Amino acid sequence: MKKFTKLAGPAAPLMRANVDTDLIIRIQRLVGTGRTGLGPYAFENLRFLPDGSENPDFVLNKAPYREAPILLAGANFGCGSSREGAVWALMGAGIHCVIAPSFGDIFHNNCFQNGLLPIALPEEVVKQIAAETEASQGARHTAIDLVRQVVITPEGAEIPFSIDARKRDAMLEGLDDIALTMRLKDQIEAWQKADHAKRGWVWESVKL
Amino acid sequence: MPATLFDKIWDPHVIADLGSGWSLLHCDRVLLHDLSGGRALREVGEAGYAVPHPELAFATPDHAVATSPGRTAETFPKGGELIAGLRKRAADTGVRLFDLGQDGNGIVHVMGPELGIVLPGTTVVCGDSHTCTNGGLGALAFGIGASELRHVLATQTLPQKKPKRMRIRFEGAAPAGVTPKDMILHAIGRFGTAAGTGYAVEYAGSAVRALSVEGRLTLCNLSIEMGAKMGMVAPDDVTFEWLAGRRFAPKGAAWDAALAHWRSLPSDADAVFDSDLLISMADIAPQITWGTSPEQVLPVTGHVPDPASTPDPIRRAAYEAALAYMGLTPGQPIAGTKIDWVFIGSCTNSRIEDLRAAAAVLRGRKVAPHVTAWVVPGSERVKKEAEAEGLDAAFTAAGFEWREPGCALCVAANGEAVPPGARCVSTSNRNFVGRQGPGARTHLASPAMAAAAALAGAIADVRQFAA
Repeated sequence: MKKFTKLAGPAAPLMRANVDTDLIIRIQRLVGTGRTGLGPYAFENLRFLPDGSENPDFVLNKAPYREAPILLAGANFGCGSSREGAVWALMGAGIHCVIAPSFGDIFHNNCFQNGLLPIALPEEVVKQIAAETEASQGARHTAIDLVRQVVITPEGAEIPFSIDARKRDAMLEGLDDIALTMRLKDQIEAWQKADHAKRGWVWESVKL
Repeated sequence: MPATLFDKIWDPHVIADLGSGWSLLHCDRVLLHDLSGGRALREVGEAGYAVPHPELAFATPDHAVATSPGRTAETFPKGGELIAGLRKRAADTGVRLFDLGQDGNGIVHVMGPELGIVLPGTTVVCGDSHTCTNGGLGALAFGIGASELRHVLATQTLPQKKPKRMRIRFEGAAPAGVTPKDMILHAIGRFGTAAGTGYAVEYAGSAVRALSVEGRLTLCNLSIEMGAKMGMVAPDDVTFEWLAGRRFAPKGAAWDAALAHWRSLPSDADAVFDSDLLISMADIAPQITWGTSPEQVLPVTGHVPDPASTPDPIRRAAYEAALAYMGLTPGQPIAGTKIDWVFIGSCTNSRIEDLRAAAAVLRGRKVAPHVTAWVVPGSERVKKEAEAEGLDAAFTAAGFEWREPGCALCVAANGEAVPPGARCVSTSNRNFVGRQGPGARTHLASPAMAAAAALAGAIADVRQFAA
């Protein structure tokens, strides 16, 4: 996983609630094996009109936001399907941070597995960042500092955010979960051995 | 100290405390499907790890498989590649695979319970958000992403943060036409699509105790549509009788030991939940969704809401977008809305009881001529059992297509889709924009409601089609 410490750029406001992972990436684009190359398909149903042309009203098609690394969204962003392709598509489209009032649980976990930072802030604050960004027509940037755990709005207000300590450390250091868990291999095997004695039925009926 | 069903499963599965509320949790069962299973097994190997416990993993192709009669893996070529990958990696690692046409194949959350792979008191994970379905047997089951799946296959564990506990009690007798699907859609409509975020939900109460295992699986299936990664029902004699003798269920002395453990699992009478909600069954009517989120749901006698009467601007914008996508007018009665398609299937509603309920409405009647109607049984076993009961004949006589098992039109990952602009009453779980195909308009409902809609050629109240 790539390390994440700081980020700055325009924050694209997609101020709708319940943006589901089907909307972020269509399942048809995930019938394949790749984690890469999904960027062009992010938000396909919003980004393009039925005739295949770009929808000029969609925020990521507007000039200041085409390269936006930060997305602002409504509550419950990333609800629905567990498809990690939603994170791969966002990152492929250059988005490395989503700021929203709340997130779908599985999507939230998937973000951290890939180095995309989900920041939960109250809806009024998300709206404030959107308003400040739009007032400058996207010219003024939002900055994220993960070490200090602050969002700096286009007008310069510093807004602290909370984040799970374990997840923050993994992001800052770009740690691999499996390698960390492997350090506990002896403990896992001891647990399993004890469990065989305690709950033999879990193991016996599925023996190969 | 009094404990909930959730705590009684979670706590003994903790191998290590990782700090900040995180635990390393043992995963007793891993379910794999074609869309992510082959890739996860491959990535584990590429990262230099082994799969130490292939006996705890079970694979089935379901997402990207065609469901047309006579289909093979290659009928949908892109899916054929995924299945080939899954076959190869399963063979390389020693993971059991239930291939197309074989006994045991089917939608992952249908075959897992029916083979006795999923057991009360076990932890179950799968790279699919509807893994919560399996909580209907009293398991702690939850969906995970691709990276987490890789982690589980390599270590048989997962770092997880302990969720809060929610209980939803359904009390009273089910009114006419009200099925488990209506119960959970009503709950989502009432509490909202994010009400369960951060919670493990236990469904309880007299109406839940009265449900069959199939009904409990349906109830738990839509937990994720309320935001909850985990949904569960305490195991009881209904569960135990249903599980006894299934292929991977314990036998003999192991069964007796398991049973003794399972009987200790239900929440203690004085257990405390972080959120405790109550629904009176008398308040529930047959449900139908009108919008593009499962919370946008109505009793079938209801009217489509008017965004103008919604003060919150974000919600108003969502209503306006949903109405535009769905082609509906504010204030119109939802019943009578003309439909083009009906889909009966999915991990929500493709089990034998679902098919019986739909067939009971259809018998002796005909699907409206303009409606395309599909029924996709959830597994090879469901298909065979239904055929033995003559349900296939009841469906085809009414004008339905009787198809092969798979996820099909629930997720439209298999080359099958509802055409753009077409309106479909579906027994699946998501009415999201484009879910059943680009531009497709989905109305979620129970199997009986879907059958009634097929007959009427429009959204209809199943209570007017008494079996």
